[in-house]
Amino acid sequence: MSKIVTTGNIGKTVRSDCAVTLELTDSGGIDLQIESKVKVLYGKQIEELAREILAFYKIKNAILLIEDSGALPFVLAARLEAVIRKLINTDTEFLLPLLSQNQYHTAKDISRVTRLYLPGNSPSLMINAGIHHPNGIILDLEDAVAPDKKYEASFLVRNALRNLDFYGAERMVRINQIPRGLDDLDFIVPHNVNLILIPKCESAAQIHQVNERIEVLKTKHNINTSIWLMPIIESAMGVIKSFEIATAAYNIVALAIGLEDYTADIGAKRTAEGTESLFAQSQVVNACRAAGIQPIDSVFSDVSNMEALKNNVLQSKALGFEGMGCIHPRQIKVVHENFAPDSDEIEKAKQIIFAFREAIKKGLGVVSLGTKMIDAPIVKRAQQTIEKAIKSGKLNPNWEDEEHVC
Amino acid sequence: MSVKFEKNVLGRLVPNLVNGKIQIPFQGVGKHLPKGNKYGAPIVSCADFPADGNKIVPNLQEALLKAGLRNGAVISTHHHFRNGDLLAVQIFDIAHSLGFKDLVWFPSASFECHQPLINYLEDGTIHHIEGSMNGSLGRFASEGKMKGMGVLRSHGGRHQAIQDGEIVIDIAVIAAPTADAFGNATGDRGSAACGLLGFALADSQYATKVIVATDNIVPFPCVPWQIQGNNVDFVVVLDQIGIPEKIVSGTTEITKSPDRLLLAEMTAQFCDEAGIIHDGFSFQAGAGGTALSIGVYFAEMLRKRGMNARFARGGSNKYLVKMLEEGLLDYILDGQTFDLEGVRSMRENKGHVNTSPFTSYNYHGKGNFASMLDVVVLGATEVDLNFNANVVTHSDGILLHGVGGWQNCLFAKCTILPIPLFRDRIPVIRDEVTTICGPGELIDVIVTERGIAINPMRTDLLDKLKYSNLPIKTMQQLKEEVDAICGVPEKPMFTNNPIAVVKWVDGTVIDTVWEVDNTEK
Repeated sequence: MSKIVTTGNIGKTVRSDCAVTLELTDSGGIDLQIESKVKVLYGKQIEELAREILAFYKIKNAILLIEDSGALPFVLAARLEAVIRKLINTDTEFLLPLLSQNQYHTAKDISRVTRLYLPGNSPSLMINAGIHHPNGIILDLEDAVAPDKKYEASFLVRNALRNLDFYGAERMVRINQIPRGLDDLDFIVPHNVNLILIPKCESAAQIHQVNERIEVLKTKHNINTSIWLMPIIESAMGVIKSFEIATAAYNIVALAIGLEDYTADIGAKRTAEGTESLFAQSQVVNACRAAGIQPIDSVFSDVSNMEALKNNVLQSKALGFEGMGCIHPRQIKVVHENFAPDSDEIEKAKQIIFAFREAIKKGLGVVSLGTKMIDAPIVKRAQQTIEKAIKSGKLNPNWEDEEHVC
Repeated sequence: MSVKFEKNVLGRLVPNLVNGKIQIPFQGVGKHLPKGNKYGAPIVSCADFPADGNKIVPNLQEALLKAGLRNGAVISTHHHFRNGDLLAVQIFDIAHSLGFKDLVWFPSASFECHQPLINYLEDGTIHHIEGSMNGSLGRFASEGKMKGMGVLRSHGGRHQAIQDGEIVIDIAVIAAPTADAFGNATGDRGSAACGLLGFALADSQYATKVIVATDNIVPFPCVPWQIQGNNVDFVVVLDQIGIPEKIVSGTTEITKSPDRLLLAEMTAQFCDEAGIIHDGFSFQAGAGGTALSIGVYFAEMLRKRGMNARFARGGSNKYLVKMLEEGLLDYILDGQTFDLEGVRSMRENKGHVNTSPFTSYNYHGKGNFASMLDVVVLGATEVDLNFNANVVTHSDGILLHGVGGWQNCLFAKCTILPIPLFRDRIPVIRDEVTTICGPGELIDVIVTERGIAINPMRTDLLDKLKYSNLPIKTMQQLKEEVDAICGVPEKPMFTNNPIAVVKWVDGTVIDTVWEVDNTEK
């Protein structure tokens, strides 16, 4: 019974987090010690929460030390629950009330141009993520979390899904590789996740495994909204199987490609030009288009070079991708702006649509703009460009009225 | 006479006596208008000074003794070297070794390098500090350990207090990177070059005795001079007066934090939509990463539109210098030089002009520059529902910062405070600030990452931003948002013991800083 366990983080550079150390004892009641830089303002509330959670798990005798660097309540609760459940074998969850503004679901075809990756065990990076307005926020349980921190991270990610305002961003979680990732689902499916990223995906069978577990959890927790999947293709096998994966289930909305792992897998060096991954990228784009889902490109890792990021996005857009992962909030704007149609593209699309309308009005079978013939696919693409321009804020939804006024 | 407390017009309880001197409670902005003549330094005659112009004395101790060091003397120093100052501690080492007591230190600002002075506050060498108390000194004062009460003044307020005789400086010791034997001195040259010496200007004119201390003596004349030798009594040559690399303070790099960059971007966009950014506009941005980044966004806008700014006030730094040299800015009116690029520019660029608290901030001048600015961007530790702001204490009640030029800048045409809604669970938007340093009527806009609040008094700004895409909210909404995220904070506990007062720019008392009560309840 005298095992001492710690969860969370403490240190000079750690902010908005806490470390919690617990020892269960046989007698003596609760010995609670709180060291906090916000003790004057929140000392009582921290103590109340700690005592509430201990009582919830029926712990009557323990030595508990909380070393706090300004952790918000959802973080404190995650750290406390994790430390207790490392010592007590239980599946009972301590849940704070779900934020009312977090009760939104997402549609299959919403825009996913930008998705911000956040390490699943770093609360300080999570708290303000939503204010940068990415389309999606990915709480990462996989590569961004050290192996010995994965257990406590799942509590933090669960609490963030329920209690942290992402200001309208799609709530995403990257689970661990299958089969380990299947256990992550227990922490996220019942708790308000919109989309799950499946890393290193290589087969439809993996998708089925994930969906089976999701269905069990949805039934158990009486959830009837859709939870979307975004498999990540990160290996030669994944690339070869990309169409099989893309069409494995109704709830797959996109495939993402991960080029760091892919280039390692094929034994090539990753270069700025990206010749080595051209086949894989095109294969994924084609698989997605054939399956009617969104192709999403790999992240760009040099967070300080915005010019290089811009070029990367333009290249990616030219290949047919619709979005890209971001690993720093400052990347979001650049990715958004450069995936969006530029002003020339928007102007041209407007003209095509006007010419098309005019032709219909006049009962003409053939549409032309200047000396160029315009056929159905060109009109379709123009319509897509207009839609994207509106979604990215580059074009007023009432643009047609405005044009007529002019 | 025992100390009584009364409420000033902001409803804050302030003492009528501080260190035995009668105080006037804050009356409202621009309401306190003292009459009479300015304070004058004693008449001197040049017959009392060496005809060959050589005022060098062998060492600092002798200079201090010759200057009349005595128990209870008021000694002033300046913060041009910021955290690299080596002079202030030496002065009090000497005073301590000679057994002097109850001295008053009147610095233009203090830094962590002055932490050793705590020993002298403890043993009675120093009675109290009239000036900013940062970090360790602030904590010491907050715990009620200082013998006398602290007096916190703005840079302009310091000049005001000297000019109207609220404080009489017995000995001013001016650290000068370069000087001649006559006492002409400058800060733009020498191994400890720090830019300008503007904060010492009033001291050189009004102190009873003036000592210039330098580690770089040049043959007469030291030109151009910033401190005029005709005001100087003694010159001392020391081995080293400041640590050049610490003169550049840590807050003079633009931020890399995405959250703060967002604040800066929102602030710049706000200024644009409010019509503040126009050809020939003027601005001031304080030190600190967020404020500096705003200058960078301004520069970008000006460059794109082929416009330029007429003048920028305040701490000069490499970003302002870049704007000046790129032709995006006509003049830097420099009040304090924040980095070595600023020092270089001051030497090389005609458009980089020395100013002082007299020209920029002073209450007893015939106008000042601060009120002519189109926009000023500042920080704060807390802001309340009435837009009152705090810069000296933290939410836990502890005194940690000085006022600096902050109060003086509030007179700009538009005052914007870009601040996070909370910092590591510490809420910045409060029901009531711990200490009022600036009244809400002078604070126009609060920019937070979760919304922008415009002072309801500024109906013009509210009108201009009516159709903005920026998240315009009320202070009440911001307050509710932060409480929902962080929880409603408890109030810090204080004893009945005042440890310092905060002066308004006119010398009246705007608020009191109280001793924190650390006894566990």
